[in-house]
Amino acid sequence: MASLELRKIVKRYKSQTVLDNLSLTVADGETLVLFGPSGAGKTVLLRLVAGVIDPDEGKILIGGDDMTDVDAEFRGVGMAFQNFALFPHMSTFDNIATPLEAKRSSPGAIKAGVDSVAKLLKIAHVLSHKPRALSNGQKQRTALARALVGSPPLLLLDDPLRNVDAKLRFEMRLELPRLLADRGATVVYVTQDYKEAMALGDRIAVMSQGVIRQLGTPEQIYREPANIEIARLFGDPTINLLDVKPARDARGIYVGLSNVQVHLAEASETAIGRDCIIGLRPEALHFVGENEPGAIPVTVEAETPLNEKIVTLVRTVRGREILVSRPAGTLGRNEGKAHIAVDGKSALLFDHASGERIGARNVVKLRNGEAA
Amino acid sequence: MEHTSLLERILRGVALTLVVIFFMFPIVWIFMMSFQTNETILRIPPQLIFEPTLANYTALITGKLMTAAGTLDIAFMRNLWNSVFLSVTSVAVSLLLGVPAAYAFARHKFRGSEDIAFTLLSFKFAPALLVLLPLTLYFQKLGLANTYIGLIWVYQLICLPLILWIVRGYFEDIPADIEYAYRIGGHSWFATFRKIALPLAGPGIAAAGLLAFIFAWNNFVFALVLASADKQPVTVGALAFITSSGIQYGQISAAIVLSITPTLALALYAQRYLVEGLSLGAVKG
Repeated sequence: MASLELRKIVKRYKSQTVLDNLSLTVADGETLVLFGPSGAGKTVLLRLVAGVIDPDEGKILIGGDDMTDVDAEFRGVGMAFQNFALFPHMSTFDNIATPLEAKRSSPGAIKAGVDSVAKLLKIAHVLSHKPRALSNGQKQRTALARALVGSPPLLLLDDPLRNVDAKLRFEMRLELPRLLADRGATVVYVTQDYKEAMALGDRIAVMSQGVIRQLGTPEQIYREPANIEIARLFGDPTINLLDVKPARDARGIYVGLSNVQVHLAEASETAIGRDCIIGLRPEALHFVGENEPGAIPVTVEAETPLNEKIVTLVRTVRGREILVSRPAGTLGRNEGKAHIAVDGKSALLFDHASGERIGARNVVKLRNGEAA
Repeated sequence: MEHTSLLERILRGVALTLVVIFFMFPIVWIFMMSFQTNETILRIPPQLIFEPTLANYTALITGKLMTAAGTLDIAFMRNLWNSVFLSVTSVAVSLLLGVPAAYAFARHKFRGSEDIAFTLLSFKFAPALLVLLPLTLYFQKLGLANTYIGLIWVYQLICLPLILWIVRGYFEDIPADIEYAYRIGGHSWFATFRKIALPLAGPGIAAAGLLAFIFAWNNFVFALVLASADKQPVTVGALAFITSSGIQYGQISAAIVLSITPTLALALYAQRYLVEGLSLGAVKG
């Protein structure tokens, strides 16, 4: 099998730096998700690994071997493209068979290989069709089958679910982890969908502007985002962000929310007296009775029942809007005056000026490619 | 369904008929002339009814031209063969050189690639007569004057830029990811060129080749200056019908009919590719 190691990769297009001194290691058999907004350099990174474009600086190691100057056809990786990139003049069978043909497999072996992967991906019935006769879902599965068929030790998946409909995306999100785990391959998976990232990744690398901003398990990224930007990208409904100035009293560090003191269990001393932004996940807020300690008075503005949860928009006495999420079937308020309480343990504090999380403990932070 | 009024349809029909008559009339007239003798052709007023004769075609095929002044030997069939040979070979050479070059220009942006591509195109800007004089001198020095090789070489000025620029547009239209996917699958760049790029650009290559063939076939001035009778194509060979005893309109018409038949047949056959190829390639080019 194959691990992947990128050392200080730099890629520039004209004067623009797309990847800036980026280092990354993916362990053998691990699924790493590259997550970030478009233009972050995810796709460029994947293509560098595949060998279809060359880095300006840095080294690419696959399975410990330096592959920086090795042509794409000798790297032995599999790749699925966002736009599928099927060969329009070949049948689905021939499309999937191309990596096996390159290995000069016998016709029998090619047929067996294609049939088994087609069966796995449920496209066995369309093998004789040309790509234009396929639905988007079938195209996507064909592209995936073509990437998988040669059993490459390193699999690169460039947002393969981007162009398929919501239902199929949901199905594939459930199917893919098992599929990838069965193969035992090392996987680099690019996506812009945080749910996909959380569902598929052993680890997630959050990229923006050619730099990895945070690298960690889905749990770490969600619980301990390195900055406001990342906190905002993960989570639906999005995190509530409010301006605060933490202070200290006998019971510890607290922030004032609508004149109510909310104590933060794990806040850092360095936050005291600074202009901060507090991040409150909607599910870290809950409705409470008026007399509970820490109850903040709010007015309910609107309630949106989703399938598994109910999201309520409330307004504080200072006029700030906050989203509260609770599992469906639990009690809450859907109109008028109400009170909410904050789970002080899960509150996140960010520096107002830089957006960095304050007291980011246990977080693997990467800046300019060097692990801190 | 599109709704059009009766009047609109009638007007459209009339307009189309006028256009067709305007463009087809010379061809139809020449076709009719090719079955007449000089006397019936030159009758005033011209008449639509005549007694058809195959004498013109017989004269061309046998190579014996009967005129009032006596029998002349003409090499029309030889000229026709020269046209076929020169055009086919020139286009073949152009495709062999131009298609890989077009691929290189489309896929690899190297230093000066745009300049080289443009220089090749600029060969088409220069008036042929400007190039011909020095070329004739060089060709005589090199021993290329009045050779097929020399002519085919000069014909590259006509065919190569055309093929290069049309086919390049086609290659650029193929998403790079499709080629990447094939290479990542384990195939060399050359296999990718052969199995992916060539088949996908096929219609464009066919259109460019066809167009280049027509341009080469219709060329007159290069062959007039650089070749003598036995190497000349029909375009130049038709001059032989201007004889001392008058212009042989009947034979000229028959010669024209014979010489436009191959290109006309090709164009009709590949009409669809031609229109597609030109519009696609040109927009992107």
